[in-house]
Parts: sequence; C-alpha cells; structure tokens
Amino acid sequence: MTAGDVLDANVDLKQPDERERRMRGRNRALLAVLLGLVALFYAITIVRLGGG
Amino acid sequence: MSELPSTALAPYAGAAVGDYVQILKPRVMSLVVFTGFVGLAVAPGHLHPILAMVAVLCIAVGAGASGAINMWYDRDIDAVMRRTAARPLPAGRMMPGEALGFGVVLAVGAVVVMALAVNSVAAQLLALTIGFYVFVYTMWLKRRTPQNIVIGGAAGALPPLIGWAAVTGDVGWGAVALFAIIFFWTPPHFWALSLYRAGEYAEAGVPMLPVVAGARETKRQMLIYTLMLWPATLAPWLLGVAGSIYGLCAGVLSLIFTGAAIRVWRDAGDRSARQMFAFSLLYLFLIFAVLLVDRSGGGLP
Repeated sequence: MTAGDVLDANVDLKQPDERERRMRGRNRALLAVLLGLVALFYAITIVRLGGG
Repeated sequence: MSELPSTALAPYAGAAVGDYVQILKPRVMSLVVFTGFVGLAVAPGHLHPILAMVAVLCIAVGAGASGAINMWYDRDIDAVMRRTAARPLPAGRMMPGEALGFGVVLAVGAVVVMALAVNSVAAQLLALTIGFYVFVYTMWLKRRTPQNIVIGGAAGALPPLIGWAAVTGDVGWGAVALFAIIFFWTPPHFWALSLYRAGEYAEAGVPMLPVVAGARETKRQMLIYTLMLWPATLAPWLLGVAGSIYGLCAGVLSLIFTGAAIRVWRDAGDRSARQMFAFSLLYLFLIFAVLLVDRSGGGLP
C-alpha cells in the first residue's frame, strides 16, 4: 500500500464522516444561537416598548 | 512503511463547536461575568431584569470576543508554552481567520446590543474594555514590557464599571472602588503564576517580571501590590457602598492574602506561589460575593 493509497482512503472514508459530524455540530449550534437571538431581541423590544 | 498520522493527510474539517467555546476562554469569562454582575447588582438604581440579563450577556460575549482575538494574535507564543499549546489555534484545530472573524463579530455584536438595549455609556465602556485588552495589552504591552499585566490589568478591572454604568448610565465612586480592587489584585495574581511558569514565558519571549527582573524583585512587588490592595478592598465599605460585614470580611481576606504574599517572599521554592495563585482566585471571588450578599441585605448597615 502506498502513501497515496492511504491518503485516498483517509480522505474518502474517514474524513467526510468527521467533516459532516463537525458541520452538523456547527449548524446546530448556529441554529441555537439564532433562535436565542430572536428570543433576546423579542424580549428587549417588549421591555423597551413598555418603558423598561 | 511507517504509520502515517491521519491528521497530517486530512483535509481541514473545520473547527468543532467545543473549539469555538474554548477560544472564548470560559474560565476567564466566568470571573469577568461575575464581577460585572456584582457591579450591576450593587449600583444604586434599578434596571429591568431582562435588560440586566442582556447587560451581563454582553459583558460575557465581549470578554469572550477579547479572548478569541487574543488567541488569534498570540497563536505563535501559545504554541511554545506548555500551558497553552493545546489551544485550538496552536493545536491546528482551527484556522486563524476563523478565530479572528469569530472574535470581531462577537465584539461588534456585544457592543451594538449593549448600546441598543441598555445604554450608550455601558456600550462605550464595553468597547473600551475590548479595545484596551486587544490593542493595548495583547498587541502593544504583552511582548514589550514587564509592566504588561499592571497596565493591561485595567481591561480586566473594567467589567464592574460596565455593570454599574448599565444601571446608572454613568460611573460613580463606588464603581471606581470595584475597578481598583481588580486593578491592584491583578499583578500579584499573575506574577504568582509567572513565578512558577517563568521558564515558559522566557522561552516564548514574553517579558514577564520574573523573567526580566528575577524572582526576588517579583516577590517584592507582589507584596507591595498586595498592600496597595488593602485601601481598594476597604473602599466600598468606607464609601458606604457596602456595610460592616463586608468591611470585616474584606479585612480578614486581605490579611490572608497579605500573609500569602509574605510566604511567597520568604519561600525560595514554587509551592507558596502556586498556593497564592490558587488563593488569589478564591480571594477575588469571595470579595465580590460578600459585596453582593452584603448589598442585597445580608449585611449590617
């Protein structure tokens, strides 16, 4: 087995899983942050409108 | 054929969520958030709980942003020091641009939200804190002078002022007293650490006081700053921001802290410096915790 074969196997089989796992984690975290910001700005707006 | 490390061949998979959390320096952030919250809680006046929560969140995000930009700038020396070599940037788990972009977006976001939701004075102080930590401490002082953490310590001392200003819209003498506590606490805290990490700092080219002036001079200055901490720590009681329970506790804690500095001064080894570093964290936490309890009605007038 050559180094090139190891590289191909590494890229084709192992790394896509790792990439997808990390991307999935980042996407979920981003979703949580965006939802949190929506809730935050909603709460700030309500308080500000109420003269808080 | 020798075994090839998979990470050496791998295409960059992007940083994990945990790495993004790590570059925010969550442990430093927790102390900043706590002192900022106490500044907010002891300030005279009233702030809607939601807006108070937003102010604390902005302080936390601003502190995290400063940490991220600091890690971006210091990635070269972080790689040299054992304590910091496993951080996401020197370990190769995150690209420098990711850290910088993340930090800048968080910094701008925190300041803008603080200005929109709370008030402009708190937002300006937050911007000053982030700017001071990044430009004055990280980029200018840290690698140039052994007074780096003395002057740069002002950035870490500003959060109670931000919390105070979030409530009052200005900076009162009570807030200045809280600033002074952290400002005079910072040198003995960091120099205790640098006493037993002097070799690593020297290797990284960071001119911490023990590297430049030696352990003896560092210990002398630690003791001086610990004594200068006394009036700062007692100031909230003298100014009427806190009651006699705080004054008593602050006196006892400062006595122990001074004792620790004397032990470091007399000790030729590292043990007492390690103990003082650990106690310094507890000391600051307890000072602000007692202030909070005292102010919220637990203490005597």
